Amino acid sequence: MKIALTDTTASKINKALVQGRRAIGTPAVGMVLTLVIVTDEENAYDSIKAAQDASREHPSRTLVVIKRHARTLRDRTHSRLDAEVRVGSEAGTGETVVLRTYGEVSDHADSVVLPLLLPDAPVVVWWPVEAPDNPAADPLGALAQRRITDLYAFERPLEVLQTRARNYAPGDTDLAWTRLTLWRSMLAAALDQARVEVTSAAVEAEPDNPSAELLARWLQARLGVTVDRVPSQGPFVTTVRLSTATGDIVVDRPAGPLATLTLPGQPSRTLALKVRPTSELIAEELRRLDADEMYAVALRGEPIKETV
Amino acid sequence: MSKKPAEPAARDAATGPSPDAAVGTEEPSPKAMQAAAQTHEPAAPAAPKEAPAPSEVRVPVQPAADWVNPLRDPSDRRLPRIAGPSGLVIFGVTGDLSRKKLMPAVYDLANRGLLPPGFSLVGFARRDWENQDFAQVVYEAVKEHARTPFREEVWHQLTEGMRFIPGDFDDDTAFKQLKDAVEELDASRGTGGNFAFYLSVPPKFFPKVVQQLKKHGLAQAPEGSWRRAVIEKPFGHDLASARELNRIVHDVFDPEQVFRIDHYLGKETVQNILALRFANQMYEPIWNRSYVDHVQITMAEDIGIGGRAGYYDGIGAARDVIQNHLLQLMALTAMEEPIAFDAEALLTEKLKVLKSVRLPEDLGAHTVRAQYAEGWQGGAKVPGYLQEEGIDPASKTDTYAAIKLGIDNRRWAGVPFYLRTGKRLGRRVTEIAVVFKRAPHSPFDSTATEELGENAIVIRVQPDEGMTVRFGSKVPGTSMEIRDVTMDFAYGESFTESSPEAYERLILDVLLGDANLFPRHQEVEESWKILDPIERYWDEHGRPAQYASGTWGPREADEMLARDGRSWRRP
Repeated sequence: MKIALTDTTASKINKALVQGRRAIGTPAVGMVLTLVIVTDEENAYDSIKAAQDASREHPSRTLVVIKRHARTLRDRTHSRLDAEVRVGSEAGTGETVVLRTYGEVSDHADSVVLPLLLPDAPVVVWWPVEAPDNPAADPLGALAQRRITDLYAFERPLEVLQTRARNYAPGDTDLAWTRLTLWRSMLAAALDQARVEVTSAAVEAEPDNPSAELLARWLQARLGVTVDRVPSQGPFVTTVRLSTATGDIVVDRPAGPLATLTLPGQPSRTLALKVRPTSELIAEELRRLDADEMYAVALRGEPIKETV
Repeated sequence: MSKKPAEPAARDAATGPSPDAAVGTEEPSPKAMQAAAQTHEPAAPAAPKEAPAPSEVRVPVQPAADWVNPLRDPSDRRLPRIAGPSGLVIFGVTGDLSRKKLMPAVYDLANRGLLPPGFSLVGFARRDWENQDFAQVVYEAVKEHARTPFREEVWHQLTEGMRFIPGDFDDDTAFKQLKDAVEELDASRGTGGNFAFYLSVPPKFFPKVVQQLKKHGLAQAPEGSWRRAVIEKPFGHDLASARELNRIVHDVFDPEQVFRIDHYLGKETVQNILALRFANQMYEPIWNRSYVDHVQITMAEDIGIGGRAGYYDGIGAARDVIQNHLLQLMALTAMEEPIAFDAEALLTEKLKVLKSVRLPEDLGAHTVRAQYAEGWQGGAKVPGYLQEEGIDPASKTDTYAAIKLGIDNRRWAGVPFYLRTGKRLGRRVTEIAVVFKRAPHSPFDSTATEELGENAIVIRVQPDEGMTVRFGSKVPGTSMEIRDVTMDFAYGESFTESSPEAYERLILDVLLGDANLFPRHQEVEESWKILDPIERYWDEHGRPAQYASGTWGPREADEMLARDGRSWRRP
C-alpha cells in the first residue's frame, strides 16, 4: 500500500510506516539494512526498481532522497518535505519511503534520514548519479557504513576516478568496480589453472571506460607488471590478455554474454560472462558491508608489498 | 516420463536412498536400457568446435609446489570460492537423486560462477545414449529443478564438458571408455586430472564400482591432482556392514578422499547451529544441564514410503534417519566448542559426543517403534504401511521410531535427548527444540502463570528455515496473566533467496576438498554402535505399534515421554 504525506516530518513518516505495516498484517519484519538512495527525479524510477529487485536478497528499508530543484524564488525560500510511504507488495520485500525535499531542507536531508534509519542495522548510501567528490565527508555519506558511487554516471569518469582515489575512505565502493567481479574471478580461476608467472598484461576496452581502468590498476597492483590499455569498440571491457613465458592467457568477450578463455597449450573454451543489470550489482554490494580493501588497492593501482 | 518403469529390483533400489521427503520415484522411460554397450564407439567429445585430437595437447600437470596466485587475496572477499580445475563423474546418473538434485545443483553452481572454466560432467549408466542424449536429459532436469533462472550462455559453457559413458558396472569396456574420457577431458578441458566420482547407486554396487575404478587406474590420482569418492547413505545397515563398506571403499580411496553425503549437514540452518552457539555470547552459558530440561529432535515426513518398498522394508525409520541425520543433529547440538572450524576439529568434538551417548537401561520403556496405519492425511485417504504395495503384511519394519538417549559428560549428564522420526506424520518438518527448565521460583501466583509453558529455543531445519524463541509475556490488561509468546527469526525474511540448496554446497565442498560438512567413517561407526542394540532389542521383542496416518505418532510414544513427566512438542 502507498501512503502519501505532504509537507511532513520524519516523525509523521515513522508513524505512517507503522500504520502501513499494521494494515498489511506484518507488524514486524526482519529487515537487515537501510539503503539510502540519493538521486534526482529523472533517475529515481530506475534506481528504486533496482533496489526493489535487490531487496529480494536483502530485505531492507529503502529511503529515496530526491532533491527537487526550485524554479521560483518563492519555492527556493519555502522549505518543504513530501513523503510517500510504500509497504507490502509495492516495495519488494522491505519498505520504501520516497522523500522529496524542496528548498532549504534539501541541504539538511540528513536530518530527515537520521530518524528513519532502522535501529542497529547497517546503513548503505547509494548515489546512482551526481555522487559527491568526497562521499565519506558528505552529510548523508557520513551516516553510512558503505557508500556506493557509480563512475559510469560521469562524463569524464577517469578524472573522477582520480578524485575518488585521492578521497578514498574505508567503506567507499563503486559500481564500476562491482561490474568487474565476474571478470576478476574468471582471471583468477584462469591463473589458478595456468599456474605461471605473468610477465605483462593488456586490457582492451572502449575508450574512457572506468571499469577497464580499475581492472588495469588492479592487475598492475597484484601482478606487479605494467598493464597496457588498448582502446577497442566495446562494449565495456572486451579483452584481457596476460602474457606468460609459455604463452598468453586471454579472456575475450567481443559481445554478448559468452566469452572465450584461452590458456597456453590448451584449446579455447567458452565461459558465461554476462553484463549484469544494476539490481544484481546492488545485491552484490549489499552482501558485504565491511570495507573493500581490494577496491582501495585497485584505486591506487600501485604494486603493493605483501603484508602478512 | 511419468510411467513407472517395471524394472528389476536393482534399479528399483537405485532410487532408494532418496534424499528428501518430496522426492518420488519416477525415472525417464528406460526404453533402450539394456542395449549393448559394445556397439558404441569410444566416447567422442560432445562436438566442441575446435576440439583437437586428444593426445596432442596433453598439458603436464605441474606439481602444486608453493605457487600462490597473485590475483587472489583473503581480503578480496568478492571473489568467490571457485573450485579448482576438476570434473565430476556420476554413476547412476539416470536415477532420481541425480536428476532432481545433482544435475540442477551443478547447473546452479555454474550459474553462480563457482565452477572452474573447464568443469566437466561425465555420466555413467546403463542407457544406450550419445553425449547429446545425455545433455538433453540434463537439460530437462535443469529446466525443471534448478533453483536459479535458466541462462543460455551458462548452459552452453556446461554442455561443452558433458560426456556420457554407457555400460554396466562389470563392463570393462565401459570403464576403459571412462578412462579415455577422463584423459580426453584433461587434455581438451584442462581438468588437470582432478575427478570426483559420485556413486549415486545402491550400496550393493559400491564394491563393484570402486573395484572397477581401481582396476582401470581411475582411483589413482596422477601426481599433483586428486581423485575423490562421494557416497550417499545408507552407510551399511549395522556396524558390521558399515565397517565392511568402509573397508571396501578405503581399500581404493584414501579415507581423507571419501566424502559421505548427509544432505542435512549442507543445510544453512544446520551450519547455523554452530554459528548460533559459538559466535554468540547469549546461548552458550545456558546450553547445559543447569538450564536445559531436555532436547527434542524431530524429523517428520508427511509422505509414505511411496515406491521405495524394495529399499525401505527391512531398513526402517531408525536406520534410515536416526542413524545419520538425527544423530548428527544431536552431535552438533551437544558438542563442545571445536578448537577451529575445520574438518578434523569438528570430527573430534562430534566423536566425543557420540562416544559418550548412553542408552536407557530399559529399552522397552524408552524406545518406541511403530507403523502407520490406514487413515486420513491432509484430506486424502492413505493406505497403511502393511497395505502398501510390495510390503509383506507381516513386516516388522518401523516407519516411526522414537528413542531416548543420554549423554554422559559434565555438560549434559541427566538431560535426556529425545529423537523421533516418522513417515505419514502431521506435516513435513525437521527441528531441534531445546526446552529449558522452569524458573526456580515464581513471584506470580499460579493462576497468573497457568498458561505459561517452558522456555524453548527451536531451530527449524526445514521447511521455513529459522529459529524461534519461546518465552512468557504479560497479557495486556489489568490482571497479571502470563502467556507464551514466540520470537521468530526466519532465513526467508532476513536473507531472502540466498540460501543455496544443500547439494550445491556439498558438491562445491567436494570439489574444493573441504570436508567440514561430511561425516567421517568413525562417526558412521559410532552411530551404528548406538543404534545396533536398539534394533536388536526391537527384533527380539514384540511388534511395532500402529498409528493413524496424519497424526503425530503412536500413543506409546506419548506414554514414553509421559513416564518422564514430559510431552512431545507439536512441531
